[in-house]
Amino acid sequence: MDLVYQLATQLYPAFATWPAWLTVTIAVLISGGILMTLVALGPIVYVYAERKISAFMQDRLGPMRVGPYGLLQTIADTIKLLLKEAIFPRDVEKSLFVLGPCLVVTGAFLALVVLPLGSRLQVVDLNVGLLFVVAASSLSTVGLIMAGWASNNKYSLFGAMRSAAQIVSYEIPEILALLTVVMIVGSLSLQQIVWSQAGGIQNWMLFRYFPLMHVAFAVFCLAGLAECNRTPFDIPEAESELVAGFHTEYSGFFFAMFFMAEYTEMFVISVVASVLFLGGWHAPVPAWQQIGPVGLGPAWLVAKAWALILVMMWLRWTLPRLRVDQLMHVAWKVLLPVALGLTVVIGGLLVIPATRDGFPWDPFCFPITLAAIAVPLLRAAFAARRWQARRDAELAR
Amino acid sequence: MSEWLTDLWDGIRTTLIGMRITWRHLFTRSVTLQYPTERWTLPPRSRMRLFMKYEDCIGCGQCVRACPVHCIYIKADRRPADAAPIWAADGTPIKLDVKLFDIDMSLCCYCNLCTYPCPTHCLYMTTEHEFATEDLGKHYYRFAKTDAQFLTTNPKAAAGAVAVAAPGAPQKPEVAG
Repeated sequence: MDLVYQLATQLYPAFATWPAWLTVTIAVLISGGILMTLVALGPIVYVYAERKISAFMQDRLGPMRVGPYGLLQTIADTIKLLLKEAIFPRDVEKSLFVLGPCLVVTGAFLALVVLPLGSRLQVVDLNVGLLFVVAASSLSTVGLIMAGWASNNKYSLFGAMRSAAQIVSYEIPEILALLTVVMIVGSLSLQQIVWSQAGGIQNWMLFRYFPLMHVAFAVFCLAGLAECNRTPFDIPEAESELVAGFHTEYSGFFFAMFFMAEYTEMFVISVVASVLFLGGWHAPVPAWQQIGPVGLGPAWLVAKAWALILVMMWLRWTLPRLRVDQLMHVAWKVLLPVALGLTVVIGGLLVIPATRDGFPWDPFCFPITLAAIAVPLLRAAFAARRWQARRDAELAR
Repeated sequence: MSEWLTDLWDGIRTTLIGMRITWRHLFTRSVTLQYPTERWTLPPRSRMRLFMKYEDCIGCGQCVRACPVHCIYIKADRRPADAAPIWAADGTPIKLDVKLFDIDMSLCCYCNLCTYPCPTHCLYMTTEHEFATEDLGKHYYRFAKTDAQFLTTNPKAAAGAVAVAAPGAPQKPEVAG
């Protein structure tokens, strides 16, 4: 917003002389419009990526017909969804039925306002930014319950109830995992959290207090995954049990809105995770922060977020859906005690002067972590290549 | 507490095993065949559309009796006594004049039972399988021809004179063994 304001004053000096309420409104509308458009187009990319990744993981090709490599498939699907009739079943509560998806989308998009996409690329830097993100993303629960209840359908209502139970449960470990970062930084402002991780990969939150922040990151990612209602935590829309859960009765544009909200929420959770633990828009090496005058901050942030989205999709196509009681077990008996313990331990470590800035072995832990992630992945990839060669040889025989 | 820890460890371990498997499959080639643009060459013994080589048929009707769904229709008369003798490609003399040899492929159950009894091996299944039509009548194949070029010399007697495949006949699949 500040950036837009400054740009406007530079391009058109009289802009600064306009009344403050007008300039602020214009600046907010422009920046918000750009952000909304970019993020709302995101699901087109994510849906395509999801379909392709799922296909590759199942040894299929995925969409291939519409456009080269099926690139236009999601665009075609989107156009189809937008042009389809929105059906209102006879017994639905019409006003809530419409309000439900709107609220879900609002909840998903509202969090974008405070996400720092770059050092100055942020709509507004609230000093309670993290709280705002959490509050905004739980707003969509209300929308889900509205949608499920207004549908006047037991499957929808079941889905909505389950989603409420799930989101309420998982918010607690999520917030406790956030608290560890907040305690270390001492601020809720996302921009300040990012700044506290400046100076290269070894300063990222993920690599402080060696094993502890890794656990916090894992807890946050798991809880975030559950917040987005994605497999393996997709019991609200469990298609084998509840038809489609809360969006059973929706069609056309409203269905598209739920979809958009789900993928946007995924993006938001991934961005928040990268901001909190992976250094936000900071490059892993400070020298890579910009090419000449062009800052690469947003690109780094989006790259990190997309890597996390890839992990989310990867998990989705790996794990089966949890049962409702297993879901509650994971939230209340596993994640919550772990997150609570982490909060206490890290709070204690921050008080002790010797460990206020992290453990002494922290600077050495990031190569270990990176190796622990990269080596098995590369090994599995190469094993896959060898396996492929063997399978080809067997088929040729 | 120990149960809790083993549960936790099992959960993490099995999740990682699953993720390793999906990750590995991410790097293997897909097995999808883009059907209308790529095709699979069917194995030689595939049981697809029936073909009958009219010039070799002796009209014995064993295929008709073998067919479980009665989709083969034959009408044959005794050849006139003064007609020139003709032979099938394997040297069997053709004593009957096959007037009609129809196969209704829309009824065929692709069991291949009709081809085993055929003494001259003139009825066989080809690998041709893409013959869906909008009209069921197009699945009714008439194999009898009026302009058939029968062998007028016994191919067994004239050694080396092997019957030439009738023009337009699909290649009989080479079956090993």
